[in-house]
Amino acid sequence: MTVETKEASASGSERLTALIAPHCESVGGLLQALRAVQHAYGHVSDEAEAIAANLFNVSRAEVKGVVSFYSDFHKTPVADVPVRVCAAEACQALGGRALRRDVDAALSNTAQGRHAGHAEEIFCLGLCSVAPAAMVGDCLIGRATAEKVVAAATAASEGAS
Amino acid sequence: MSQDLTLYLPLDSVAVSLGADDVAAALQDAAKQKGVALNLVRTGSRGMHWLEPLAEAEIDGVRQGFGPLEADDAATLIDALTSSAEAAPKAVGAVEDIPFFAQQTRLIFERCGRNDPVDIDAYRRDGGYKGLAAALTQAPMAVCETVFDSGLRGRGGAGFPAGIKWKTVSGAEADQKYIVVNADEGDSGTFADRMVMEGDPFLLIEGMTIAGVATGAMQGFIYLRSEYPIAADILEKAIKAARAAGMLGANVDGSGKAFDIEVFVGAGAYICGEETSLLNSLEGKRGEVRAKPPIPALEGLLGKPTLVHNVITLCSVPVILSHGAEHYRDFGMGRSTGTMPFQLAGNIKHGGLFEAAFGVTLGALVNEIGGGALTGAPVRAVQIGGPLGAYLPPSLFDLPMDYETMAENGAGVGHGGLVVFDESVDLLDQARYAFEFCAEESCGKCTPCRVGAVRGVEVMDRLRAGVDPELQKDVVGDLCELMVDGSLCAMGGMTPIPVQSAMKHFPEDFQPRPASDASRVAAE
Repeated sequence: MTVETKEASASGSERLTALIAPHCESVGGLLQALRAVQHAYGHVSDEAEAIAANLFNVSRAEVKGVVSFYSDFHKTPVADVPVRVCAAEACQALGGRALRRDVDAALSNTAQGRHAGHAEEIFCLGLCSVAPAAMVGDCLIGRATAEKVVAAATAASEGAS
Repeated sequence: MSQDLTLYLPLDSVAVSLGADDVAAALQDAAKQKGVALNLVRTGSRGMHWLEPLAEAEIDGVRQGFGPLEADDAATLIDALTSSAEAAPKAVGAVEDIPFFAQQTRLIFERCGRNDPVDIDAYRRDGGYKGLAAALTQAPMAVCETVFDSGLRGRGGAGFPAGIKWKTVSGAEADQKYIVVNADEGDSGTFADRMVMEGDPFLLIEGMTIAGVATGAMQGFIYLRSEYPIAADILEKAIKAARAAGMLGANVDGSGKAFDIEVFVGAGAYICGEETSLLNSLEGKRGEVRAKPPIPALEGLLGKPTLVHNVITLCSVPVILSHGAEHYRDFGMGRSTGTMPFQLAGNIKHGGLFEAAFGVTLGALVNEIGGGALTGAPVRAVQIGGPLGAYLPPSLFDLPMDYETMAENGAGVGHGGLVVFDESVDLLDQARYAFEFCAEESCGKCTPCRVGAVRGVEVMDRLRAGVDPELQKDVVGDLCELMVDGSLCAMGGMTPIPVQSAMKHFPEDFQPRPASDASRVAAE
């Protein structure tokens, strides 16, 4: 993993507080605060959970419960350029299962760069009419092939670093 | 000599996933080189996804289409449109005359693909905000009556009469009420919500505002799944434009009534498409299902009366108000009134969005309109209405698509998605996947769903391995009965639908098979 743990600096807790505090008064603020943390750090650390619990005046267990419920929240840092292949039915109908295996195999043979070196599954990108679908970082790919996905992952890894 | 040229090109996720942004950049470059002043308007998609990226140019008052475009076509297209000498690449003729488009009844998607989605003046010029204008001249309960009389039913899947919900919320006494839009479109095979939010967001805003006026709610939330970043961006821009134009805020269109909207992006959980789970998530909690009663119309978000509707339901409202309940009710059949945006997906030649009145047959959608399987192989199965929908064989293709007929045949219209499979599909794989998906996405609150789904996967694996097959089939039957009867919501309650429809209509796939075959699933 080449993902930096950006909160390692001494001002980590201040930065977390600054990310979380603006959401305290909003409807559903805890979810949005955790989104902000996930976006900034690539994961939600124990420290972030503790600060959120304190600022929202809820228990640590409650925050942990929310973090563990949603698949967008991660306890360990995710790759800067996640490679996701749709695993749902419309994509299965046009080889989605095989695509994920092929992308996985191809990625494990490439230099990792900023992608994770494997394909994650995602359930539906709303591209069901141009299946199979994939997403590399923020880049959507319809009528995806392993070649297209790997090329996008490689380009994103090189372009961003 | 500088020439002016206006081109339209979708910004819809499907078009972008097929390279629309690259085409846009190439068009700009080519225009610059040739000294053409290009006005490139990014629009929603027309829904003919096999033609995307589909550029359009207005010639003699008619929109002509060119697609599917690649970046390499840009220079030739610019040449062709600025000097009549060249033939335009990939010309598909007048876009609205393409049979797939011309056969539709577009009440909801009428504008989608024509205009810049965040241009509120274009929306007004093209017939927008007439529904709200009509609603503002009526008493709130009269608006609810109109929605009731139209026969509109919830388009999210359950098909509950919308007017009943509106009257309930309108009649409830409370200091605060809410309109909540369920834009957590997680069903595979569906993308109508995404398309309308990306292509005509003011329609949703108008529908929500009418609902606010009719029920007395002053705050609306759009709960949007995080997998739709383009929709989030477009909605934010459209809401801002509506506020600036005085169509949202403390004094909507000078009526003295207040209504505003916030976009709330979820965090990746299929179950949050279930309304009570969505409300918990919107409150910042785990998206666990709530037991009903109390119904959300009386005790919803933060315990207040809340109207929860799917995107397409609310997008159907402006036309009902502007043209009247009767006009709307004249479309459709029986108790399924109006139109439904059917979404043709999976292994299909002409994939995309086809809006039609209820009553169109399944076979017409799959074969005549959709053109059959993309692979050219015979169609073997269609799953209707998402991961919790039934698998139906071609022998049932004569069935009309309406709520009652589908229910009589153990299926549901759901959100209108059709996922087509050719003869290579293995229905045991699909049945197993239905359980697997339920196990993955169950919120965990009730045992039949949480545990039943896991047991279901195990039983399917034993069935594949040929371990006492008749016993396994009995166990599946018992398990499904328990999940239907004992689950709190549709997640557990409807997972048996894909499983049992697959076993009923494709029994040959559930027979014991050679050992070499049995290792396939284990490898996945």
